[in-house]
Amino acid sequence: MNYKSSYFILTCLGFGFAFLYVPILSMVVFSFNASKLVTVWDAANSPTLKWYYALLNNEEVLDAAWISLKIAVINASGSVILGTLAGFGLARFSQFRGRFTLNAMTTAPLVMPEVITGLSLLLLFVALEQLIGWPAGRGITTMTIGHMTFSMAYVTVIVNSRLATFDTALEEAAMDLGARPLKVFFVITLPIIFPAILSGWLLAFTLSWDDLVISSFTSGPGSSTLPMVVFSKVRLGVSPEINVLATITITVVTLMIAGVSLWMSRMAKLDKAAA
Amino acid sequence: MRRVGVTGRGLVVALPYMWLLLFFVVPFVIVLKISFSDIDLAIPPYKPLLEWVGKNSLAIKLNFNNYAFLFTDRLYVNAFLNSIKVAFISTVLCLAVGYPMAYGIARAKPAVRNLLLLLVILPFWTSLLLRVYAWIGLLKANGVINNVLLWLGLIHEPLTMLYTPFAMYIGIVYSYLPFFILPLYANLEKMDWQLLEAAEDLGCRPWQAFYKITLPLSRNGILAGSMLVFIPAVGEFVIPALLGGPNALMIGRVLWDEFFSNRAWPVASAVAILLLILLVPFMMWYQSVQARESAGAR
Repeated sequence: MNYKSSYFILTCLGFGFAFLYVPILSMVVFSFNASKLVTVWDAANSPTLKWYYALLNNEEVLDAAWISLKIAVINASGSVILGTLAGFGLARFSQFRGRFTLNAMTTAPLVMPEVITGLSLLLLFVALEQLIGWPAGRGITTMTIGHMTFSMAYVTVIVNSRLATFDTALEEAAMDLGARPLKVFFVITLPIIFPAILSGWLLAFTLSWDDLVISSFTSGPGSSTLPMVVFSKVRLGVSPEINVLATITITVVTLMIAGVSLWMSRMAKLDKAAA
Repeated sequence: MRRVGVTGRGLVVALPYMWLLLFFVVPFVIVLKISFSDIDLAIPPYKPLLEWVGKNSLAIKLNFNNYAFLFTDRLYVNAFLNSIKVAFISTVLCLAVGYPMAYGIARAKPAVRNLLLLLVILPFWTSLLLRVYAWIGLLKANGVINNVLLWLGLIHEPLTMLYTPFAMYIGIVYSYLPFFILPLYANLEKMDWQLLEAAEDLGCRPWQAFYKITLPLSRNGILAGSMLVFIPAVGEFVIPALLGGPNALMIGRVLWDEFFSNRAWPVASAVAILLLILLVPFMMWYQSVQARESAGAR
């Protein structure tokens, strides 16, 4: 391609990325600011790590983070199972009863406003409790179910689009050679979609870790997640500890994404070398 | 995969199917039901629809007051209209900011392209709540932007930016931009750029060629991106709650307050049902655009 980007496009890219990254970088910088005013730089005492110590000794935040972590891990694992099944079904079975409905049910959660999903899940849990006594009260279980319902839709899309780029030749060949469908799935299909499953797991984890609205509707007393604690703090204005939390989150996410994409590009190279 | 038996297929899709049916579709039926019940000072705060009257008759009592209430009180009508307006303007802003970016990424060299794409995706992986919070620090009276402008001497007293519609638009565009860029990029990436060269060889100016070729061919990408911004933005809660100030009347916020502050579950349910009726046509449109895109890709 001998196309040269015009100055207009380059300027737009520059401003666009500045728009995306200035807020993130400002949180990182001010997390080292000594002043309680957060955005007014206290040159005499900064940079400092005092807010890092404060955050790591904040019981409320740590408890909430532990609850969030539990929910996120269960949610990611469950969503990956449900989403892989749905994505595989949609990509590989051209016709089955309920295909249209399944497709609609896995697309809608991606765009559904969270207040609607959250409210409707809560009303379901209340109605179920009245009818059959389960779930008894609300807490980690109900929040996890809520998170899985929208996370699995994302996993479905990722797995489905990964499978769409691979034709069925390998799977067909294995079956011609006498492998049973289940074996074909585990020996051929699963390795093909493994990168998609991994990204799906990480995405489901992040979606759950970040979720505020659905958690707020489906949580019970004593089970506040990290975003719920952050939200109640942030409503009162800026707080230096939240900047620290943001910096830690950004660092972890960046390292994770960089690691996974390096690993994936290496796998892609191996694939090419093998072909 | 034709040889997987009918029962085998059934087993594979049954689990996700049942899950979504129970936890995604059935709840809407319950919301519909509760939107017709009376408010009650009890736990849960609504009255049952079905009641035994006497020995052998079951009475259904449908209460339309919740809906009538929503249409008589200007607050709710205004919140609906304002949400649509805010979501629409935000979508147009995302188009203005996102299209050149998606275009630039699609036309970059492959190595650069992957890096740029990663940079678009990265913010999407960091918490939405924290990214919206970052704008409070930037926009407030003694925030970063005001401090920089004061220091440069461009202004003499701080501008009021936080808790205004302006802040809300910034927050929505900022949070939803990756959702707009990604589907549009996926569409532009498949474009045959030789068409543009051909047009220019035949005497088309670059802007003309863009308007006549690139723009119509990327229509599905624009539509998909717009739906991914518009639909959730109509019901957005977090951004107006944090950046919009007390006057930012958005329907997601109204629903939240009815539910959590007023404990008016039936009213909140009626709001949810109306919002759903408003958004379902757009969701179906989105799905048909998606279907066309993937049919074109194969």
